[in-house]
Amino acid sequence: MSHSANKLNIQTNSWLVRIFLSAFIGFMGLFILGPLFWLAIRAFVTEWTFPNLLPDGLTMRWWRVIADDGSLLEAIKNSLIISPIVVLISAAICLPAAYAFSRYEFLGRKTFLIGIFAANAFPKIGLFASIATLFYTLNLMGTILGIIIIQVLGTVIFMTWIPAAAFSAVPRNLEDAARDAGASKLRVFWDITLRLAMPGILVALVMSFLAAFDEAQGTYLVGVPTIYTMPTKMYALVLNYPVQISAVFSLLLAIPSVILISLARKQIIGGQLAEGFQIK
Amino acid sequence: MSIAKDSVGLELIGLNKILGGRTIIENLDLSVKKGEMVSLLGPSGCGKTTTLRMIAGFLIPEAGKVILAGKDVTTLGPDKRPSAMVFQNYALWPHMTVFKNIAYPLKIRKLAKSEIEKRVHDALGLVNLMHHKDSRPSQISGGEQQRVALARALVQEPDILLLDEPLSNLDAKLRVKVREDIRDLQRRLGITTVIVTHDQDEALSISDRIAVMNDGRIEQFSTPQALYDEPATEYVANFIGSLNRFTGNFAEGRIQTGDNVVGIRPEDVLFSSHQVPGSHAATVDLVVPRGHFFEVYLSSNDQKIRAFMSADIPQVGDAGFVRISKALIYKDGKLVKVA
Repeated sequence: MSHSANKLNIQTNSWLVRIFLSAFIGFMGLFILGPLFWLAIRAFVTEWTFPNLLPDGLTMRWWRVIADDGSLLEAIKNSLIISPIVVLISAAICLPAAYAFSRYEFLGRKTFLIGIFAANAFPKIGLFASIATLFYTLNLMGTILGIIIIQVLGTVIFMTWIPAAAFSAVPRNLEDAARDAGASKLRVFWDITLRLAMPGILVALVMSFLAAFDEAQGTYLVGVPTIYTMPTKMYALVLNYPVQISAVFSLLLAIPSVILISLARKQIIGGQLAEGFQIK
Repeated sequence: MSIAKDSVGLELIGLNKILGGRTIIENLDLSVKKGEMVSLLGPSGCGKTTTLRMIAGFLIPEAGKVILAGKDVTTLGPDKRPSAMVFQNYALWPHMTVFKNIAYPLKIRKLAKSEIEKRVHDALGLVNLMHHKDSRPSQISGGEQQRVALARALVQEPDILLLDEPLSNLDAKLRVKVREDIRDLQRRLGITTVIVTHDQDEALSISDRIAVMNDGRIEQFSTPQALYDEPATEYVANFIGSLNRFTGNFAEGRIQTGDNVVGIRPEDVLFSSHQVPGSHAATVDLVVPRGHFFEVYLSSNDQKIRAFMSADIPQVGDAGFVRISKALIYKDGKLVKVA
């Protein structure tokens, strides 16, 4: 019967599809996690080179090198101080802008909104090079302030678009209801608008922190050789230190990202990030 | 008719509102007595919600005055007015529990904690929701959310309660129950209430008076009975209830040629198998059961007319006699005669 033949066909098909899918997922998993796994192992072994299947031995030596090396600790310290400052400054500048984009119709609103995107559309290094010329005349090269300004630039898009969408998503009648209940405009903003936009703002804070924490190009251009942060120190590490030190440093660099992303996981999966780029 | 000043709950005088270059409300007057329940009834776009938002303070009129409980509040913001509103989709704050939603207006008024607790409990008792006080709005049903919104308005002890399509998001069965609950509560508390609705059933069943709105104006403002029995304009007659509409004149119990408009309620069309004075021969074209009554389509002298009947229902094709017991005659849209 053609009917049962069809059925058989579909079943073999679904088996094939399943095998193919499993292979694909396995490959992608290896592709994404493999290097990280390799990195994690490298941070704890003495030597592991071809054609040896297993590392020669385990050691914590590389971690001790970093703990003892002042310049590496300095880079970690710089990163941990500069990034939060960048996030705070960016929030102070961009959140009011986000609210304005969301709630007011003003001349050039659309142009500004797209303009923020456009700044990210060009190769950053070109932008940084021209900024560097400006920084030389302003004596900002090799200063913390210079690095902060460069890093804030990279966070603007997250700190504007995502919160703007979050503010827009707060239904107007919830604000009206609070006004009707007797709340002043400022009170309504604190009690209702800001509270309801908070998940989106949190995502923006996390994304901005990660963008600032990982920023290397501009920070390198402005800071080196006076000031190193963790990402810019990586350049020196790759060239001048044993490869295992880079592995340790990479793991350290990944820690804040992993912690923050897992904290904000619910919001990111919940679509706050995606919704952030849908404001009109 | 003049009303003593202290018995007026709400007075709108010569309101004008322009939105986006269009005149939405034009020279609107309305006077609501203290403790009265008034409906603003009309199709969408007639300006009823705009009027309500001007009473609440979300919109400031271009001209005219809003007087609430004897006080001119025309230019005050919604937070400064003695009014409380129930929004169409309730507008409960999702990040607060039911208790906190209702307590919020009192918290803003900086009442003592014990006083807030007492008043919120009273309000919860009033709408029968004590068991849900710690629930989030998302955890309770639409009908319950509606009652929370009502409690949040009532806890403010407003001079006037404003309801914006309060029942439109509920299913049909619940709608009837909730509207009776609202009416009962409104009567018990004696609170001046303005309710916006596009549903004539709702307006007819709970209002003391109804203002039928059309195109930014009030067509007629009177009791539900008067509105139904003697609609002042052709528009109102069409909007409230069903109507057989003819162009012509009404004489000798039938439609004659003419240039007026004759409106006949289907329940005023009587069909029987016996001839009586003033009746004319007619046949039955169609019978449609409507639950507790039947809609009967009749032909008499090439004129088609609809009748509502609840007893002695004829069959399709039956011949008999039709008599018109009441007709409304309109000239230029205005009622000129009830025959």
